[in-house]
Amino acid sequence: MERDDLIVNDSYSINARHGEEEGKKIRKKLYTVTAILTILTVFEIFMGVFFKRNGTFTWETIKLLFIVLTLVKAAYIVLIFMHLGEERKNLKYVVLLPYALFILYLIFIGLYEGLSVQEMNNTFR
Amino acid sequence: MAGQAQSVSKDQLWSGGQSPFGISYGKMMMWYFLVSDALTFGGLLTAYGVIRHGSADLWPVGEQVFESLPMLHGSYPLIYVALMTFILIISSVTMVLAVEAGHRMDKQGVIKWMGYTVIGGFIFLGSQAWEWSHFIHGSGGGFQVSAPMTVAATDDHNQPIAMELTGGTWVHMTSDVGHAYEHALEHGDHIEISNGKLIVTPAVHGDHDAHGHDAHAEAHAAAPQEYPLEIVLNKYTLEHKDGKDLRKLMVTGEEAEKIMKNMASNTLVFGANLQKNEYAVQQQYANFFFFITGFHGFHVLQGVIINLIVFLMAFRGVFERRGHYEMVEKVGLFWHFVDLVWVFVFTFYYLV
Repeated sequence: MERDDLIVNDSYSINARHGEEEGKKIRKKLYTVTAILTILTVFEIFMGVFFKRNGTFTWETIKLLFIVLTLVKAAYIVLIFMHLGEERKNLKYVVLLPYALFILYLIFIGLYEGLSVQEMNNTFR
Repeated sequence: MAGQAQSVSKDQLWSGGQSPFGISYGKMMMWYFLVSDALTFGGLLTAYGVIRHGSADLWPVGEQVFESLPMLHGSYPLIYVALMTFILIISSVTMVLAVEAGHRMDKQGVIKWMGYTVIGGFIFLGSQAWEWSHFIHGSGGGFQVSAPMTVAATDDHNQPIAMELTGGTWVHMTSDVGHAYEHALEHGDHIEISNGKLIVTPAVHGDHDAHGHDAHAEAHAAAPQEYPLEIVLNKYTLEHKDGKDLRKLMVTGEEAEKIMKNMASNTLVFGANLQKNEYAVQQQYANFFFFITGFHGFHVLQGVIINLIVFLMAFRGVFERRGHYEMVEKVGLFWHFVDLVWVFVFTFYYLV
């Protein structure tokens, strides 16, 4: 059985190499991601400028959609362009988990505070 | 190290001499730096969210503030910002192509794609300079309404609508009227508002002219200029009342005159700076624009400079001699991060 806990020195990133053949495949993937990112951006503008006005969707729905699309774009950039997706699992978690933890906490506390300040403003202004 | 088919088990991995993450020290430190920098930007955007949520008055809408293109007249909501986003995404793609070329030890490829990346970065910086300049100079002018009032307006579809304005509502002059008004105030011209028009009678410039007597100024002094009044009531003003989803309401003629004469004293603002802005009642709106896009632009500037250095190093064959193009990958990480931040700024500052 092949052991998966062995780390071969050649996987050290400095020595990462690939040939012309493999390069073509990688470039094709990059162009696909470019197309996806461009389409998502155009779609966001379209939603922001057009649908906002004609009342097909509520503004809250569109906002939520914007945030989801942004996270999708961010995932493509981080995992493909910054090729974190191809890095070893432990590096992925060292980068992503602490950040996710802190930022979720910050957003929660921020929005909670903001809403309560607004409530005070509305009550006592 | 290259070429050695030496295997290390996980037990020995953390006891030194190996890279547990399978990456070099420099690249790992770049990732750690990016995590901390991402927290800084996360903090800024969260602060923006807090202020925006806590704001009692409604926040301006991005598509109404950012709707100009250089050298064109008219309304192109968010097109310019979308263009900037696209430029940054494309320069991110050329960057990742440079990294790919580096993995093939293709020196010419790295030089070409790094070159395009640097050019993309400069175009983005130039775009941001224009955007700042436009934001600071303003497009018209804004002021608060003093006493509550009702005005007759026309909506996007040319339908008449009666609009109630509460005291303190923020309204906008269109750019032609606004710029004429601003110009007249600066030059001390006589301003009169009547018959739904702004009438500017130029002052005789001779008396504040440093050169003394000016025959030309006196010859021009007589003719008064007339500008039909146009006031825009923005969507955020409307949502204040009944949540109607109209983009903007245009008020002209006598009705606009009523609003102009109901201007609260000392609230007239042209453009934006750190003390006041024409776009909203909340000064934080302009301040967050300056701080968030400014801090991001500063990162872009750093990225362009670093990219330029790496471009020159690749050109001189430094990496060829070194045997690997990892430096391209490391600066690439920073450059993609700059793009990543812009994706979030774009959504939370301009779209939402």
